[in-house]
Parts: sequence; C-alpha cells; structure tokens
Amino acid sequence: MKPAHYWHCLIGIQTREWLRFWQQRTRFASALVRPLLWLVVFAAGFRAVLGISIIPPYETYITYETYIAPGLCGMIILFNSMQGALSMVYDRELGSMRVLLMSPLPRPFLLVTKLFAMGVVSIGQVYVFLLMALLVDVEPPLWGYLAVLPALILSSLMLGALGLLIATWIKQLENFAGVMNFVIFPMFFMSSALYPLWRMNEASPWLYWICQFNPFTHAVEAIRFSLYLEWNPMAYGITTAVTVVLALLATAGFRPQRTKILGSKPT
Amino acid sequence: MTVEAGNLSFRYGDKPVLREVSFALTSGRFHALLGPNGAGKSTLFGLLTRLLALQQGDIRLAGQSLRKQPAEAMRKIGVVFQQNALDLDLTVRQNLQYHAALHGLSRREARERGDRELARFSLLERANDAVRTLNGGHRRRVEIARALLHNPSLLLLDEPTVGLDVASRKALNDHVRTLCESEGLTVLWATHLIEEVRQDDRVLILHQGQLLANGDGHSICEAEGTSTLAETFHSLTGAGAS
Repeated sequence: MKPAHYWHCLIGIQTREWLRFWQQRTRFASALVRPLLWLVVFAAGFRAVLGISIIPPYETYITYETYIAPGLCGMIILFNSMQGALSMVYDRELGSMRVLLMSPLPRPFLLVTKLFAMGVVSIGQVYVFLLMALLVDVEPPLWGYLAVLPALILSSLMLGALGLLIATWIKQLENFAGVMNFVIFPMFFMSSALYPLWRMNEASPWLYWICQFNPFTHAVEAIRFSLYLEWNPMAYGITTAVTVVLALLATAGFRPQRTKILGSKPT
Repeated sequence: MTVEAGNLSFRYGDKPVLREVSFALTSGRFHALLGPNGAGKSTLFGLLTRLLALQQGDIRLAGQSLRKQPAEAMRKIGVVFQQNALDLDLTVRQNLQYHAALHGLSRREARERGDRELARFSLLERANDAVRTLNGGHRRRVEIARALLHNPSLLLLDEPTVGLDVASRKALNDHVRTLCESEGLTVLWATHLIEEVRQDDRVLILHQGQLLANGDGHSICEAEGTSTLAETFHSLTGAGAS
C-alpha cells in the first residue's frame, strides 16, 4: 500500500465521523449541556467555598470558573472518548467496525485513525465550550486557543485508547453506566480537574498520590498550561508516554472475537 | 481466483467449532456453503475475512497465504455480512465512499466506481437517499455493490438473504449468479436454505464443524444415492432442509 492509500483512508474515516456528527448534532449539542452546567451552576456554588491561591500557570487570583474550565475541556473529551470507544466495540458502530476491519491497511493504523477522528469531533465540542465559557469571563489569551490544540489531540487519543482497551478487555463493563461509575467518575474526581492538588494534599496525602498517578490529571494540566501559554514538560511527557503505551496495548490487544463485532455468538 | 483452505480447525475456548476443514473454490464459479444453524459457517467466514485469527491451517487466495500476506489477500475479497453493516443515517453514496476510502481509493475514484456499481444494481437514482429509507432488498444490493467497489475477485456472502421475502431472496440470488458469470467472480454463498442452491452448483455441506460433502451438486447426490440436494442435505445432517 502506498502513502496515498493511507491518506485517502484517513480522510475517509474523518469524513464519516463528521457526517455522523452532523446527523446527530442534537445529541452533540446536549452533550455540551453537562460541562456548561458544571461551569455555570456548580462553579457558582463552589466559588464561595473554595479559595484559590495563585498557582501556575495563572499569574493572578482567578475565579473558580477559570480554574475548572480546562478540567471541563478534559471532561468533554473523557466522556466522548469512552462513549465512542464503547460504541465501536459494542453497539451502534458494529457494522462500521466490520467494514473498517475489512480494509487491507494495517489494523493498528485503522484503529488509531478511528480514535483520532473521534477525537477531532470532541475537540470541536471543546472549542464550542470554550467560546461559551467567555460568557462567564473565562478568558485565556488568544494564542492559547491554538496552543492548547496538541494537548487536546493527545488527551483524546489517550482516553480513546483507554476506552478501547477497557471495552475489549473488561467484559463486565460493557455498558456505559458501568464505565461511568468505575472509570469516568473516579478518573474525573481523582484528578486536578475540579480542585488544585495541593488542596487534596492537605485533605488526604494518599488521595493526593492517587491523583498524581491518574493520567487524566496530567492531561488536564497539559490542557491548562498550554491554554495559558505556559509549558509544562512533566504533564506533556506523562500524557504522551501514557498515550503511546495505551495505544500500543489497545491496538495490539484488539481482537474482533473479544467484541461483538462478529455478532454475539459466532458459529 | 482460486481459494484453497487447508486443514482449518477453530475452537472457542474448549469448544471446537471447525474440525480439519479443507476445500478449494474454483475460479469464476458460484459455490454454496450449506449448513444448518450452528454448523460453523460464520466462523469459517470469520476466518476467511480475518475477523477471526487462524488457529490451525491456512487459507490461500490465488496462492497468497492469509497468514503471511494478509493485506494482499484482503484486497481481493469483497464481503457481505449476515448482519447489516451499512450506516443507516448516511446516504448510499456516503456509505460507498467510506468503504472505498478504507481501501485507499481517492474520492474521485470512489465516486466513479460507486456510480458504476449503483448503475449496475439499478440504484443510481437512490444514491443520495439515506440508507434508512431503502427496503431490505435494496439495502442488501447496496451492500453487494459496496463489496464489489474495490474490484475483488472473491465475493463472500454470509446468509445474505436473512430477513428478505421470497421474491427478494430469489432476485438477489439470481443477481449474484449473473455477476459470477459476467465478471468471472468466485462466489461463496453461505446459507441454510436449500432453495437457494441449484443442483449444478458447487456445494460444500458443513455440519457440526465438519465438511461432509464438497463437489458439484450432481456428484454429491450420486455419492449419497439421493435424487435431490434437499434429500442429500437431510441424510447427511439429519436436519430438515428448509
């Protein structure tokens, strides 16, 4: 296969993802409601409770809305990636996955391209969310919107690969509610998305260490720092390393027979 | 294109599903893979399409091993799955373009070939309709058109008439036979419905994971001492041919 074949394939998968996005635009719009509720309602309620001191990358005192906005960007990607990976393996996408796997191109390429295409659609949602966040005075520098893009791509690949890994390996978690309780919520709450980790350290050192080991924390920090045009090599380094490892594991371990792609009981 | 499967065995955990299945498909011929439900047909299709990994034995397509040169082999195969594999919300043309892209075709090539196939299946005027608006028979035709988009030499159909009424079943079956003759396609059509198989077809009968007969319909009947394929099927499998 020539490079042009790979390119046409990538464009084809990407196009299909956008076509589906357009078909289901109301569903995607409603997916924006969740982070906006957090930003507008939850943050307003917690602003008074939670004092924020000056911590990098911020150079001044910030509102709680400003603090959680990058975490909510991470949340959008987290929910979409998990839901997307699960639907690839279990339900709505079964037909399209069968078609995908019939391609003569290497499977790891196909799976990563698919995760990337799903990620690009979530990133579109993140930008819509960031635009709406301007209404509650979350105003990162203009170039921050561009600088955050690599962190968003990396996070979406990392979480998509994690979703694929979970969906193919953990049979018990085959519905979204299970993944929500055992993966999404713990990852989200045990991270720096909603509160700075020094606060967590004051409350409970062992929880602090769990948060430090949670790759989602580093994805959120990579998003937060790049959005404010600061470079955070540790957050980027960890996110990149975890992405590579998860993508390798997810694509190497992906076997159609572990999924429902063949139908529930192949004979 | 010739297809040779040698010594295929497959098990799910402890349960053997295919036992030492060997056969060859003749280039440009229609082959019926006949077997009751649970015979192992879908597993065999899973192996032929690489959705299942080979455990024992090998499959060679035009001499190329599916184990050693999977990409080359996959380019030669078109597949119609038992379950619907079309995106219902997208249009017919969008579905075809997705498939074409996965085979590395450019948008222009995809459109040209897609239109050619749709014209052949008398579906060109439905190209911009969402698949959801098509009836079952038309959806199946779109799936066959899609499977032929990258010019495969082998067409695999896994119970393609499931859920269709009698008239659509017959029309689809006739259509694939015509393709087989006009295009020189090698076809493997899996079914449990004996009426989809003709006496002069090449027939493979699979039962409980074993290949019980393999040859043209007449000689299989002769060997079994029966006069029709339905009787042969019944006597070999003990199943009521439906």
